[in-house]
Amino acid sequence: MRWFCRLCLPIGHSCSAGDMLLSSSIMLVAATMLVLVVIFALTFGHASPPAALRPPVPDLVKLQAGTFRHRAAGEFSREGKPVTAPIVTAAIKRTLAVMRHQVTAADYQRCVDAEVCPVVDRGGAVPNLPIVKVSWRDARAYASWLSRETGEHFRLPTDEEWAYAAGSWFQDDALPETLDVGDPGQRALAIYDREASRQERLDQAPHPVGSFGANENGLLDFAGNVWEWTDTCYARSAVDARGGVTATMVNCGVRVVEGRHRTYIADFIRDARAGGCSIGTPPSNLGFRLVRDDDPRHAQRPLSAWVRRLVGLQT
Amino acid sequence: MITRTAIRAAAAATVVLAAPALAQELDLPRQKIELVAPPFVHPHEQKALHGPRIMEFLLTPEEKQIVIDDEGTKLRAMTFNGSIPGPMMVVHEGDYVEVTLVNPETNSMPHNIDFHSATGASGGGDLTLIYPGEQVVLRWKATRTGVFVYHCIPGGVGPMVPWHIASGMSGAVMVLPRDGLKDAGGKALHYDRLYYVGEQDFYVPRDAKGKFKTYDTHADAFVDTRDVMRKLIPTHVVFNGRVGALTGQNAMTARVGETVLIVHSQADRDSRPHLVGGHGDYVWETGKFSNPPETNLETWFIRGGSAGAALYTFLQPGVYAYVNHNMIEAFELGATAHFRVEGTWNNDLMAQIRAPESIRAKASLR
Repeated sequence: MRWFCRLCLPIGHSCSAGDMLLSSSIMLVAATMLVLVVIFALTFGHASPPAALRPPVPDLVKLQAGTFRHRAAGEFSREGKPVTAPIVTAAIKRTLAVMRHQVTAADYQRCVDAEVCPVVDRGGAVPNLPIVKVSWRDARAYASWLSRETGEHFRLPTDEEWAYAAGSWFQDDALPETLDVGDPGQRALAIYDREASRQERLDQAPHPVGSFGANENGLLDFAGNVWEWTDTCYARSAVDARGGVTATMVNCGVRVVEGRHRTYIADFIRDARAGGCSIGTPPSNLGFRLVRDDDPRHAQRPLSAWVRRLVGLQT
Repeated sequence: MITRTAIRAAAAATVVLAAPALAQELDLPRQKIELVAPPFVHPHEQKALHGPRIMEFLLTPEEKQIVIDDEGTKLRAMTFNGSIPGPMMVVHEGDYVEVTLVNPETNSMPHNIDFHSATGASGGGDLTLIYPGEQVVLRWKATRTGVFVYHCIPGGVGPMVPWHIASGMSGAVMVLPRDGLKDAGGKALHYDRLYYVGEQDFYVPRDAKGKFKTYDTHADAFVDTRDVMRKLIPTHVVFNGRVGALTGQNAMTARVGETVLIVHSQADRDSRPHLVGGHGDYVWETGKFSNPPETNLETWFIRGGSAGAALYTFLQPGVYAYVNHNMIEAFELGATAHFRVEGTWNNDLMAQIRAPESIRAKASLR
C-alpha cells in the first residue's frame, strides 16, 4: 500500500526514490488499464447507444426491376434551337428499395447530433414532419452518415429512379412539341403560362408524413409541397434529327429536383423560394428521400462499417 | 331666448350663405367616378373632351389583416378602399377633385388624407382627420399636372404617420394636361393601357426564433412594428400589396405594338423601376407633365414620396419582369411584377443564333 505515499505527501509523509519508481510503474499499468476500459466501454457503448442516438431504421418499399417510358431530364437542342426533351426508355435494373416517406426532421436531427449533418433549421426535430430547407449537399451528408451507421449503402435516387418510384404521380410537364422553336417570345410565354398555372398558392408549411397520400407503390407524399433532391446532374444535350444524342454537357453543380414539377437547382441551395420569383414557380420546400443501393459492388460489410465507426469515434 | 334665436339665425345664415357661394363658385358639371383596384385605373379621357368638372370620389380607409407573401406572413394593414396601394384617381388640369372620406365604425383609428397634388392645409390632411364612424368631404383644385402621391397623415394623434403609410395607406392621383401628354417637341403621346404599380415597404416584427409575428389588433402591432421601422430595413418590398401580386395569373398584359403607361409610386423609400428586356421610351421621372419627358431610359428613379410615369411601346412578345432594380429588393424582398406580352417575335431586334451547347462542339466555331 506504500505506493499511496505520493497521495499522502500533502499530509507530510516523505517517499524514497524506490517508492517513487514502484508507485510510478504501478500507476502506469493502472492508467493503461483505465484507457483500455474506456475504449472498450465507448466502443460497446457506441455499438449499443441509447435510443436517441441510434440511426433511424428506414421504412423501405421494394420495387421490382423494370423498364418504363420517361421524359428525359435536362435541356435539349436540335440544330442550335431548343427542343422538347425526348421520351426515352429507362431501365431499373435491380430491385429498388425506396424510403416509404421523406426523411423526417427527427431523422435528420440524429445526423446533426452526430455532428455529421449541418444544422439547417432551428425549428426543432419534429418526428412526423419532413425535413425541409436542405440542400443536395446536406442530403448527401445524411446519406453517407446513414450508410455508415447501418452498414448499408443509401444514396439519393437518380431522376429516373425517382420517376419510377413516383409512378403515376410523376408529372410530365414538357412543353408541346409543336412550339415554334424560332420564336423566343412564344417559348417564353408557353413556359410562363405553364408556371403561372401552377401558382395554386400551395401552403408552404410542411405537413405531417402521409398528408399527401400514397401512390400505387405504397410510397407517401410524392408531389406534395416538399420537392425532393435527386442525384442526377443537370445536362444539356444536342440531338440529331432522329432524336439521338450527339453531345452532352453535364453540370453537377446543379441537380435535378423532382416534385409537382421538375426543376434544376444549385446543390448548395436550401430554399429555392426567392422573394421576387423572376419567372416561374420555385419549389415550396426542398427535402429528400433515399434509396438503398443493393448493388453488391456498393455493399458495405458490417466489419468495415464497425471499423469506420471506431475510426470516426477516435477522430 | 335672444341668444337661442341669434344662434338659430346665425346657423340659418351660414347655410343660406354657404350653399349659393359654393354653387356660384363652382357652376360646373359633376362627374362621379367609380374607383377600381390597382394595377387598373378607372376609365378616363386622355384629352379632355369637356371643360373643367367637379370629379367626385369616395375613399374608405379599411383596417384589416392581409397576407403579404407566399409563406403566409400576416400584416395588420391599413388601406384606402381595401387595396395597397389605394386606387388611382385621374382628372384633368383645372378640374376640382371632391373626395368624400368615410371612416367606418369597424375601424379602430382616425385617418385622413394628404394629396401631394393639392395646395394648403397639409394637402388636405389638416381638414380631413376623422374618427371611426365619421366622414368628411374635401375639395381641391387640380392646378398642376403630373402623377402625385396621396397618403394618410394622422399627425395630432400620436406618432402614427409613418406607421399608417408603412401599413399601406398611400395611392396616386394623375392630373393630365387638358390636351393630353406630349413629348419635348410638343408631339402628342398616347397610351393604349395604363397600369398603376404602387411600391410598398413593410416592416413585420419577428419573434425570438426569427418567425414573423402576428397580432390580434392593429394597436397590438404598433410598438413592435415601430421598432422594426426605426431600423429602416424593410422585411418586404412589394408591388401592389404582396409578393407576387402582379405575377403569374395576375401579370400585367399587353400586345406587341401597344403603348403602356406605367405609373409607379413610393410613399416612403426611393425606388428604381426597370423593365427587363424593355425601356422607358418617354419617362417623367419626377412625374410632372409640365417637364419634358426623358427618352430611352434603362432605369428611372422614383424619389420616396413621389410618383413617376414611364411610357413604353412593346416591340417583342414574351415575359418582361418589371422590377425595382435594386435586385436584392426585387428578388429577396418581393419588388417584382411581370408583363405578359403577346405578339410576333422580331428576329431583326434579337435572335438566338445558336442555342447553348458545348464549347467543344464544332458547330459553335462558325
